[in-house]
Amino acid sequence: MITAGIDLGATYSKVVILDDGKVVGKGISKTTLEPEESVEKALNAALQEAKIDKGQVERTGVTGSGRRAIKDADVVATDVTADARGAYHLDKEVKTVIDVGGEDARAVKVGENGKVINSAVNDKCAAGAGAFVEAMSRAMQLSLEEFAEASLKSTQEIPINAQCAIFAESEVVSLISDETPREDICRAVHDGIADRITSMAKRVLVEEKVGLMGGAVMNKGLVESIREGLGLDPIILPDPLFVSALGIALMAADQED
Amino acid sequence: MVEKKYKTAPLKSWDKAKEIRLNIYKEIAEAKSKGKVLLGGGAESLIALPTGFDYAMLVGEPYGAAISYLAKSDPDEYMKYVEASEHAGYPRDLCAYMRNYIGSILRDKYVFGGPFPKIDFYLQAGFCDTHSKWYQAVSDITGRPYFSLDLVPFDWEIEGESEKTKDLKRKYIVDQIHEAIAWMEKQTGREFNDETFIQGVLNECESTSLWAKVCIANRAIPAPLDEKTMLSLYVLAVIGRPRNDVVEFYRELLDEVEDRVANQIAANPYETARIITDSQPPWFALDLFRLLETYGVVSVGAHYTFGLSGGWEYDEENKTWEAGKTPQEKGVEVKTRDEAANVLADWWLRTGTVCRGVRHSGAGKIQRIMDMVDRWKVDGAIVHLNRGCEGTSLGQMDIVSSLLERGLPTMTYEGNHADPREYDENRTFARIESFMETMGLKQLYEFKKGE
Ligand code: SF4
Repeated sequence: MITAGIDLGATYSKVVILDDGKVVGKGISKTTLEPEESVEKALNAALQEAKIDKGQVERTGVTGSGRRAIKDADVVATDVTADARGAYHLDKEVKTVIDVGGEDARAVKVGENGKVINSAVNDKCAAGAGAFVEAMSRAMQLSLEEFAEASLKSTQEIPINAQCAIFAESEVVSLISDETPREDICRAVHDGIADRITSMAKRVLVEEKVGLMGGAVMNKGLVESIREGLGLDPIILPDPLFVSALGIALMAADQED
Repeated sequence: MVEKKYKTAPLKSWDKAKEIRLNIYKEIAEAKSKGKVLLGGGAESLIALPTGFDYAMLVGEPYGAAISYLAKSDPDEYMKYVEASEHAGYPRDLCAYMRNYIGSILRDKYVFGGPFPKIDFYLQAGFCDTHSKWYQAVSDITGRPYFSLDLVPFDWEIEGESEKTKDLKRKYIVDQIHEAIAWMEKQTGREFNDETFIQGVLNECESTSLWAKVCIANRAIPAPLDEKTMLSLYVLAVIGRPRNDVVEFYRELLDEVEDRVANQIAANPYETARIITDSQPPWFALDLFRLLETYGVVSVGAHYTFGLSGGWEYDEENKTWEAGKTPQEKGVEVKTRDEAANVLADWWLRTGTVCRGVRHSGAGKIQRIMDMVDRWKVDGAIVHLNRGCEGTSLGQMDIVSSLLERGLPTMTYEGNHADPREYDENRTFARIESFMETMGLKQLYEFKKGE
């Protein structure tokens, strides 16, 4: 059976195509003010990679913060359930999933068969994890890759405001004008964000194995800070951007007729 | 359409509750023209204290909540209240009820129509820190006098407070009651009537004990009441517990609720899961309870909803709380002002649970909440991280940790009980949907806003 899993996130729309449970195509596009168009783009890219026609897709599942914009899906579920299902499929030993997206971060405690035991989502003042790192890298005139690399070379910890992105940004500006080494500033940003994410994750009583997913975990510097914040050794799930889309595609395939 | 598991029926007492509430607010507006003493004060204080006069009382917190309802029906009008207080320098991190209340004074606008009532004096009670300053600030604005009552509640039972300290606290409050009566007589130039005071005190005990009994009836499966309805019922005890009509209302309500239990009449005919909440809800956004209903979820109550106007007595043997036994039930005769003062002080100290949560360590509140989880057969909890109330939000994250350690699915959302600018409905709804999935629940029918 061919199924499509759509994850309509705040920053990116991701699609996974499954053929009898095997990933045969993936597509991604920036989420715009026209979410249906964004999904269409990602879907076309995934279908192209899978060499499958749209008409061959038998079932569709949709998740993500914009899921309501997509009509006529066979399965609709929240990111929490899709995260757990996708992560469990990728690694049966994962007990806690931490999903760091552009605008949201969440932690999901995964039980038997990928069932959700508990979940926590960042509160308002800890929002925008991924987007904040992007904004800071722009403020420092570095690409995201350069920003992540620089952070790994830092030699000292500098605490910055861990609660509020606005205050953190003004602190970064002061650090720049104080001529603080850029590596240390990059790390401070990651540490600040990681602090917010790990304290949120601890609300679900984190248990190993911890699987990281979401676009922001492709940033090695941030992952290092999360690792330190948790005091554990999390793994990065394969294709971390697509775990939710995979999860919802699996749920669509599972659905009884 | 999914089949209903239980029968349901509208609550007969509902209209009466609305009528009494509006009458009380009308009496406040008309008090001066009818020659009554008109005072203001806080909800969690000794409301029976002024019953020795022919009086009306504007209780601050429910009035602040009433203003916040406007945020739903007339948001522009609502903003005029908060802006008035914020422009006068009362910052956003102050109690949202208090800001609404002060906005109402500054605009000289009574939210139920007409100008803000001309209050003779205020009774200020130390509850949370904001509360302890509320009427001082109001007095500065209006020039009306206030009397400060320093109310120090008993510690939680878990703390093992000594009988000696309890006696001292009781005496401390009794002394203040006598002092307050003398002060009120001086302010009003009227004589305090001990007979009506004694009745007011007995009524205060009875209405709060009856409310606790109503909450206890909600242990039944299916629950006869949902929290959204309870929020409109408990408020009468908050604003008028010493009144005869309020006592009578709770007697009738208890009969009706017990009848619903006996006949398995459910608040939610689909009841599949039961939750509790914590802190006041965002009053202008009670739709969130409707969303829960579409999953078959009934919120059976909250420490706050049960406790703000509930008289709960600790049962040492079973380590739980039951409805407080009133002096009438115990056969205690109250004949003098001093006896009434002692009964009132003792009742407030012993049976008030919310005041302890606001002033004392979290351990007791956690014990109380765990007791609710057990006895009300609760499957999950939703904690409102209430940025508008310093009192009820005290220790909330400890409560969340304890609930999680116990394995109870628990969700938090940020908001404000009386200021919609701090509440994000879309985000909260998205979170509730995830939480429902976490609890393994499916939506049984479509949610339609405003129904
Ligand atoms: S306990 Fe909360 S609602 Fe009551 S006065 Fe204090 S801050 Fe306001």
